[in-house]
Amino acid sequence: MRQMLSISSYLAVKEVWRNRGRFLLVSLVIALITLLVLFIAALGEGLGNGNREYISKLDAELIVYQAKSDTVIAASRLGRNRLAAVRRVEGVADAGMLGTSSASLLPPNDAEPIKVALLGVEPGHTGEPPVVQGARLSTDLAQEAIIDANTAYRSKLQVGDTLTLRVTQGTRDEFYDLRIVGITGGQQFQLQPSIFVPFYTWDRIRPKSEAEINGSTPVANVLLVKLKDPTQAEAVSARLAAQVDNIEIATIRQAIEALPGYSAQLSTLNTQGGFTLFIGILVIGGFFQIQILQKVAQIGVLKAIGTANPVVAAAAIIQIVVVTVIGVAIGGLLSFLLSLTFPPTVPIIFNGATSALAIVALLLIGPLGGLVSIRYAVRIEPLKALGLSS
Amino acid sequence: MTAYALETKSVIKTYNSDSGVIQAVDDVSLQVAAGEFVALVGPSGSGKTTMLSILAALLQPSSGQILLDGQDLSGMDDRERVSLRREKIGFTFQANNLVPYLSAVENVELMLRLNGRLDKAGKLRARELLARLGLGERLNNLPGQMSGGQQQRVAIARALIHNPSLVLADEPTASLDTERAYQVVETFAGLIHEQGRAGIMVTHDLRMCEYVDRVLQMQDGRLVRIYTGHDEIMKELVQGGRH
Repeated sequence: MRQMLSISSYLAVKEVWRNRGRFLLVSLVIALITLLVLFIAALGEGLGNGNREYISKLDAELIVYQAKSDTVIAASRLGRNRLAAVRRVEGVADAGMLGTSSASLLPPNDAEPIKVALLGVEPGHTGEPPVVQGARLSTDLAQEAIIDANTAYRSKLQVGDTLTLRVTQGTRDEFYDLRIVGITGGQQFQLQPSIFVPFYTWDRIRPKSEAEINGSTPVANVLLVKLKDPTQAEAVSARLAAQVDNIEIATIRQAIEALPGYSAQLSTLNTQGGFTLFIGILVIGGFFQIQILQKVAQIGVLKAIGTANPVVAAAAIIQIVVVTVIGVAIGGLLSFLLSLTFPPTVPIIFNGATSALAIVALLLIGPLGGLVSIRYAVRIEPLKALGLSS
Repeated sequence: MTAYALETKSVIKTYNSDSGVIQAVDDVSLQVAAGEFVALVGPSGSGKTTMLSILAALLQPSSGQILLDGQDLSGMDDRERVSLRREKIGFTFQANNLVPYLSAVENVELMLRLNGRLDKAGKLRARELLARLGLGERLNNLPGQMSGGQQQRVAIARALIHNPSLVLADEPTASLDTERAYQVVETFAGLIHEQGRAGIMVTHDLRMCEYVDRVLQMQDGRLVRIYTGHDEIMKELVQGGRH
């Protein structure tokens, strides 16, 4: 076994080294496929993260929606009476209202307005994000805001600055000034940078139709529920459904999957990644098949002088693995270098687990693509290859 | 009783084709002693290539026995035949002889490597053998950087380096000009005699029989005549120039 591997490695490495130009070209093709796959994976991760970031970082286990809203946040309306009912259910540690809408942030330097997610949360309750700089929101009616890291990066606003929001209420554009009290980490909501304001401030400044302008009852979209024991999510869900009327409940995971376009977006990108890997298999398979066809006589000589089939097969596998590893390494390095040139606003995230999975898949495409050629090499008859058969 | 390095007994090889059964080799019995260089001649289709393939353990005979150092090849399975080819047989072929990505010396060392016998002494022997074949300056050249004659000489070195019992050469001069062809066969014959190997060369070129000890003539799958002794070979074959 050891001798077989030693001879196979010797033959494989010698051939690669003596034909390094040709093999490097294939490695570069694999590098480009790697670059593409890693970027698709990173784009998927970035877009997915941009869509779910706030929800996925919530210090909550359940989200309560209005019944028949199909767990779509924008389609759900829940009033304060439901919040009180939810807080009374056994097993619920805390619950907070979340109101969602969009607004335009007018940066101080007359730059282009930035579309932001305007989120109303209850200070001190579930839903208010932790700050990495500054302080948390003080009261339900304060003219304060916490901005997320993306908003801070794009607008160059800092703690203590005053931000200006433009919203449409009725038929008029209204402008609201809020003092920035804190900056939280990345908390994008549905691919928009976010601004968190006290719930009642949110209700006052959010975009409204003419009919809503004079409405007096603040209505949230959903309620965010933190449990005393997170392992009891199923039991508390059942109690919530039984004790509070006209609601439906989702776990954080279910809520993320129900975000508009989230699943479709991910499956599109996963399909693209899958197809790229498939193309990689075909490209590598095609190259090695052509290569084997070109060296039928050479393999025939090797077999005729007593090289066993496992040696021929192992040499082919080692060669494929070497070429693939070099290609993936070059591609990985290129991806890393290229990623350094992207601004944080581009939704590309090189997540360790996703990238590792993509790299493992890429390392497998070589041997997978080369399977046919290895089988072909093993079946070469020395007699026919050498033209000795009559 | 003489102990032959190679002995075949009533070897028959038949093929089935659309036109019926073809007898490619028909009851061939021959013996080759160690240190003897034999030519196998005959017109196209006479069965000499099939016979060579059988002797090389690349093809199973339909019946008969092939004894190499007393070991019967006909009953061996694929794995045993691969080992036998690696350990006891040396080859040179008409073309595509060498592994193109290995240098001259690496091609020769490959046989030792395959047999797990590549040590310092083996490496030295490979260099000496190539130097003796006039390739001392070409040790690190790739096959593509050498002429046809030089490649054949590397193949000869590879065929002999692992001390095989039997050395087989299939038309070793087919792609060479006359002068180089004579040089190659003369060197080949000299080494076979000197090292005490049994050598068989298949050739169309009867002039090359000048350097062999015996000529086995085949026709229609049968061994029809054996020429023995330098005078008979020269008179009947080389100068007469007939199959």
